Amino acid sequence: MTTTTPPARTTAARETRPRRGSGRRRLYQWLFVAPALVYLLAFFGYPLVRNVLMSFQEFTPTTYFTGESPFNGLENWRRVFDNELFGDALWQTILFTVGSLVGQFAIGLGLAVFFSRRFHLSGVIRAVLLLPWLVPMVVSAVVWRRIMDQDHGILNSFLETLHLSQDGVSWLSSPSVALLSAILVNIWIGIPFNMVILYGGLQEIPRELYEAASLDGASPWRTFRSITLPMLRPVVTVVLVLGFMSTIKILDLILALTGGGPADSTQTLGTLTYQLSFMQLDFGQGAVVGNVLILISAVFAVLYLRVNRADTVKGK
Amino acid sequence: MRTSLGRITSPAAALTLAGAMVALGLTACAAEPDPDTVTVLNSATDTAEHEANQDFFDRCAEPLGLKVEQISVPADQVASKALRMASSDSLPDILELDGSELPQFAETGGLRPLADVGLDTSEFSDSSRLLGSFDGTEYGVARSVNSLALIYNKDMLADAGLEPPTTWDELRTTAAALTQGDTYGMAFSAGPNADGVYQFLPFFWSAGADEAHLDDNAGVAALQLWKDLVEDGSASRSVVNWNQQDVNDQFIAGRAAMMINGPWQVPVLSAQDDVDWAVASIPVPEAGQDPVPPIGGTVMTVPKNDDHPEREDNAGRILECLNSADNQLAWGERVNNVPTRADAAQAYREANPELAPFADLVETARSRTAQVGTRWPVIQDALAGAFQSVLTGRSSPEDALGSAQRQATAGE
Repeated sequence: MTTTTPPARTTAARETRPRRGSGRRRLYQWLFVAPALVYLLAFFGYPLVRNVLMSFQEFTPTTYFTGESPFNGLENWRRVFDNELFGDALWQTILFTVGSLVGQFAIGLGLAVFFSRRFHLSGVIRAVLLLPWLVPMVVSAVVWRRIMDQDHGILNSFLETLHLSQDGVSWLSSPSVALLSAILVNIWIGIPFNMVILYGGLQEIPRELYEAASLDGASPWRTFRSITLPMLRPVVTVVLVLGFMSTIKILDLILALTGGGPADSTQTLGTLTYQLSFMQLDFGQGAVVGNVLILISAVFAVLYLRVNRADTVKGK
Repeated sequence: MRTSLGRITSPAAALTLAGAMVALGLTACAAEPDPDTVTVLNSATDTAEHEANQDFFDRCAEPLGLKVEQISVPADQVASKALRMASSDSLPDILELDGSELPQFAETGGLRPLADVGLDTSEFSDSSRLLGSFDGTEYGVARSVNSLALIYNKDMLADAGLEPPTTWDELRTTAAALTQGDTYGMAFSAGPNADGVYQFLPFFWSAGADEAHLDDNAGVAALQLWKDLVEDGSASRSVVNWNQQDVNDQFIAGRAAMMINGPWQVPVLSAQDDVDWAVASIPVPEAGQDPVPPIGGTVMTVPKNDDHPEREDNAGRILECLNSADNQLAWGERVNNVPTRADAAQAYREANPELAPFADLVETARSRTAQVGTRWPVIQDALAGAFQSVLTGRSSPEDALGSAQRQATAGE
């Protein structure tokens, strides 16, 4: 009796204690995660699911009064894909996004590298370069609208003074130039963000590496390619992915700059969603375009996560 | 008509989409409102405009023992705000919409016909009654309406020894003659939105064209006229980017001798010491024709309130008082719009001879939605695409109208 019970008790204890403990721990874990989870479900999950459902529903002003939104199958999708504007908008969104990202990143990186060397007034100039970031998007757009005015804009006066153009470039009034103008403005807006994040990344790179490189007699270009770029890679991914997410759904800049014109040459998926949902009040069709946008963003978000995971696994 | 810039303030919402709007609307259920207070949703966000409105509301409400409370949001947000309120059953007692938005609200069945709230509009101009109608029933009453006219710089025309043009040919020659140095002869808005379309309609309609059949080729002449004005150099190529506000700015800055614009610019124009301006009718294709401009303005509607019919009655009484001949005239003079009652319009014309062309134009003005109803927003976009692609040389007027018609009827 006395010899058999203690082991039995200990085994029982060993079995139950960890189980009870892990149960409670798991509960605590969930409790800590719960607020975030509820928040995500309420503010991301719900609208997302609603948006997907809505794209299969006839969702019009009547819905708001009667609460009825009959499902209409693929009708909304068919209408959106039948709309000639959709293809144009998709293509222009791609051009706008790629153009903006390349420009912002290249110039942002150049400036970040430039300012990572310390020199007189570099702090002041860097602060001035941040200004575009601080100005509200709509204000920037309105100012640029004036700068790029064909007849009285300062940009054309400048080009004329330099004898680079005679009649003035139709920055915003020619369909073949307007998208480029919008990209240029967006690049101007995006440079500070790229510069700041990349500058931060550059500061993280140990100085010793550069010292070692110079001892080995590496050229500046070789140093940049073999040390700066690889060490900067995680930051580069963040900058590009965040830039992509904010650029692809661009709306306010284009609405204020060109309103999607001239001749729909600056329509993007963002402006098209806005137009369908809030001008034509066809929320079902608006949701379709919104879903396409979400889908594109999701693809890139997943790519980003995979790249990131590969990096962590490799211990970078 | 508002400037398109107002539209920019809300856009971030576009991607969150209306799903979130429903969710937010549900949580916004208001407490039971005071039975003696009539609530109004309108776009009077400008302080002066808000106070002017309140003046007139108070004037009518006090004798009835009522109070009026305004909820004002930017013009482009009235519709979405109203929809959110509808989904949470908290619509105001009076909903003031832009005339072009009325059909989409009337179609929902959520508005009370004016006749049911005891409002008699038999003395009102036909054009204004059409502005507030959907499918033959009147849902909205316009206290005053506006339209577009040709506003010109008196000094510039006098210096050149010219009279304001009355026909399209005269418009072209006059505009060309007035184009000198930094000054264009003519300015108009051809922006890709409501402003541009509103300004295109007087030319489109006066040419005999029809918004329900964009490709019947009657509109070609109107597109050609706009194209000619720009190609002659009489109007800036930037017109495709201008809203009505920009056009007014150009005119005030002396960079345009003539412009198409509406009476809502009168306060700004009057405040200018440098520019001596006058109003003329919109030029027509051939001498002797009547111009057909669009009619614009807001209409007041009464949302259905089955639980509280007495609130609908209160709203009806307020509307009736606001639309008395005296109040209409006073309101029209306050906002430079033409009263909709025939008697009040006549008095307005006599009291404001300098704005009489607007009063005349309103008589022949046409409603944008009378024929096409809820399809107007789609047709508006198609028309904007048409004149924009012609003005930028992307397509010929014929092709542009053909593709506009396809766009307007796509997916039907």
